[in-house]
Parts: sequence; structure tokens; C-alpha cells
Amino acid sequence: MVKRDNAVDLVGLLSVEGQDLAASWVGEVTGSLGGRVGAAELNRELRELYEALVEALRKGATDVHSEHMSEVRAHLTELSRNRARQGFSPSETAVSVFALKRVLEPVLEKGTADEIRAYLRLARILDSLGLFTIETYTQTRDELITAQAEQLLELSTPVVRLWDGVIAVPLVGTLDSARTQVVMEKLLQALVDTGSEQAIIDITGVPAVDTQVAQHLLKTIVAARLMGAECTVSGISPQIAQTIVALGIEFDGIVTKASLADALKLALRRSGVDLVAHTGAQR
Amino acid sequence: MTAPWTADEEPQVYAVERSGDLVHVRQAIRALAQRCGLSLVDQTKMITAASELARNTLTYGGGGTVRAGLVSANSRRGVGAVFEDTGPGIPDVEQAMTDGWTSGGGLGLGLSGAKRLVDDFRLRTAPGEGTAVTIIKWAR
Ligand SMILES: Nc1ncnc2c1ncn2[C@@H]1O[C@H](COP(=O)(O)OP(=O)(O)OP(=O)(O)O)[C@@H](O)[C@H]1O
Ligand SMILES: [Mg+2]
Repeated sequence: MVKRDNAVDLVGLLSVEGQDLAASWVGEVTGSLGGRVGAAELNRELRELYEALVEALRKGATDVHSEHMSEVRAHLTELSRNRARQGFSPSETAVSVFALKRVLEPVLEKGTADEIRAYLRLARILDSLGLFTIETYTQTRDELITAQAEQLLELSTPVVRLWDGVIAVPLVGTLDSARTQVVMEKLLQALVDTGSEQAIIDITGVPAVDTQVAQHLLKTIVAARLMGAECTVSGISPQIAQTIVALGIEFDGIVTKASLADALKLALRRSGVDLVAHTGAQR
Repeated sequence: MTAPWTADEEPQVYAVERSGDLVHVRQAIRALAQRCGLSLVDQTKMITAASELARNTLTYGGGGTVRAGLVSANSRRGVGAVFEDTGPGIPDVEQAMTDGWTSGGGLGLGLSGAKRLVDDFRLRTAPGEGTAVTIIKWAR
């Protein structure tokens, strides 16, 4: 009984005879977004949300996680996702919800005690809706970042052909498991595609080699060997060399060179290419 | 047991819930190591040790947290980090600390190697309760 009365109060606040509160809301939000969302789109977004909210309150929803709020949550999710993709900030996203509180504020001055109490209850619900948009916004941002990281993963692992039969992969940055895996698969594929028998893995740009990275390196080298190719690891900095030794990783039987240039010289020699310096070319 | 955190310097807490979090941990440790003035070799050792322990927290501990910050004792400064999880714990610590012993197809060098990479290494674990590893690298 009490619950139904509450519901009526809240709905009553949002449906005042002769007043288009949704329009005032749209107006308020338009101002805060500085015209960066199309007027028609914003109008549609907020009116649908408004209707869903009134409907949910009519059914007695008391906070954002109520069963009756599922439609509202769907609209809020869409709104938050759009804002995140369009590059708005979290506050610019949440303010769309909070603006509705401001639209209803006149009730505080002119309303009855019951209406004021209803306003406060509705305000609390709107707060939870606002927080929900921030959570969804953050989630969407995280997804975007992950997607970009994956793209970067693809971009940042070139396998280059240095010479006939010699390929190299320069590793740069932090090597996590996913990235190392991608690089190593690409390297093995490139061995097949180019018919190369010499591969150089250059780790000059890698800040740290831990057991997982080492394990990936070792596995790749063994796999390359099985494919009839030889690998050289180049660019092991003094600090990484000392760390590898302290960790206890054994690079036994693996050819390492200080620089990519040295590794290339070795690979060429192994492929039977002679490098001859011309005396005349020195000048 | 916790690290002797430097007064006025609250250690930061980092979540270790997915593999992407390991990148943040390494970056945080690197920033601390640089602020503390560790040599390049010591920076790399500390970052690598942190990478090992954080991965164990994730893989075997089922996720947890890393608390990292500057530490000081006897007018020395250093970088400290505590890796904590509420996972299954390590039933046989001596075995786990043995070079090459792994329960999961790794190289089995993470724990023992991390110990060699840092100056202080403390491991606390209880079956069914979890594991906490504290490491410190002092500036020279
Ligand atoms: N936080 C933890 N919780 C439970 N068990 C752990 C934890 N950390 C390590 N262990 C156990 O100790 C073993 C040894 O760990 P260690 O890090 O030395 O090797 P690993 O992780 O198996 O291989 P890697 O050389 O790749 O690190 C693990 O295989 C695991 O069984
Ligand atoms: Mg490990």
C-alpha cells in the first residue's frame, strides 16, 4: 500500500499537467554538451529515457538495479557508450542524468511537504542512475583501450627481410605474453613465406626479460630449428644479461650477439655471403 | 610482515586481476625505481622480480593485489613491493623455491629467481588462505 503511494508521488513529479519536463531536460543537457551531440539525437535519447523512467517508477522501481529498471538501464547503457565513443568526459556523461534533478528543483520552493519528500527520493534514484552511467562509461573506455592495444599489437610487430634468406624481428617495448606469442608466430610464418633459414630476434628495445618472455623466446628458437632455420638473439643489454643470469635462465646452445649488426654479419656468413670492404670506398 | 614504508609516502595498491594489469605493475615499479635512484641494472632486476611475482599472484593465486612504494631503514632508501593473494597457498615452500620446479608448465624459476634478483625476500603462505611475498631492492 505504502509502496504504491510512493510510486504515485514520484511519477507525479515527472508528469505535471501542462508542463513538458522532458523538453526542459533536453534543453538543460543541450547546454552542458555544447552542441557536440545532434539536437535530434539528444532529443530522442532523453525522451526515450524519460518515458522508460516514468514507466519504471510507475511499477515501483526504487533504484537502478531494480528489476523494473531494466529498460532504463538499457537506455543509460546506450547513452554512456555513445558518450564514451564520442570522447566526452565521465562528468559530461553523468550530467545528462543529474540535469533532470535541476529541472525538477522548482518543486522544492513551491511544492508541498509530500512533494519535497518525493523529490528527495527521486533525487536519490537519479544519483544511482548517474553513477550507473559512469560505470558503463568506464567499462566502454576500457574496452576501447583493450581494442586499441590489440591493434597496436598487430602493428608493432613487423618482421623484416634483411637479406635474401635472412629475416629479423625487432622487439620494442614491454613484452607481455600475448604480444610475445604474436611476434613468435609471425616470425615462424615469415620463415616459411620467405624461405629463410636465418632469423634474428633483436631485443634492444625490450626493457625486461622475465621467465615468461624467455620461455617464449626459447620455444620459438626450438620451433625455428625444427623448421631447419637458425635463430640469433641480438641486442641483449648488460642489465638484461645480468638479470637473465640471476634469474637462472639458461640460454645454452642459443647464439647471442651484442648488436643487430653483429647478428646480421653472422647470419650472412652462415648463408655463405661474403662481405668485402672496398679499399677505395673508404673516402 | 609488511615492508618498512617511508613515512609520508603511502604505498600505492594495484589490482592484479588480468594479464594487462602486469604492465601497470611493471610501470609502477619502474617509476619508483627511477625515483629512488636505483642503477639501471637494479631497476631491471626489481622490475623483473615484480613481473614474476605478480604473474604468480595472477596465475596461481587467482588474482590479488600489489602494494608498492618507497621504503627506508637505517638511512637507506629502496623500493618495496608486497604481492598478496587469497588463493590456495603454497603447500611445500621448499619445493616451490627449488629452481626448475613448476606445477604449471613454467620454467619454475620465478620464485627462486625473484629471490636472487632482490635484496630482501620474504614469503608467507598458508594452505587455503593465500600467499604474500614481500621484496625490497635497496639503493646503493
Ligand atoms: N601465489 C602463489 N599461490 C600459489 N602457488 C604459487 C604461488 N606462486 C607460486 N606458486 C607455486 O610455486 C611454483 C613455482 O613458482 P615459480 O614462479 O618459481 O615457477 P612457475 O611460475 O611455475 O614458472 P615460471 O618460471 O614461469 O615463473 C608454481 O608452479 C606454483 O605451483
Ligand atoms: Mg612464476
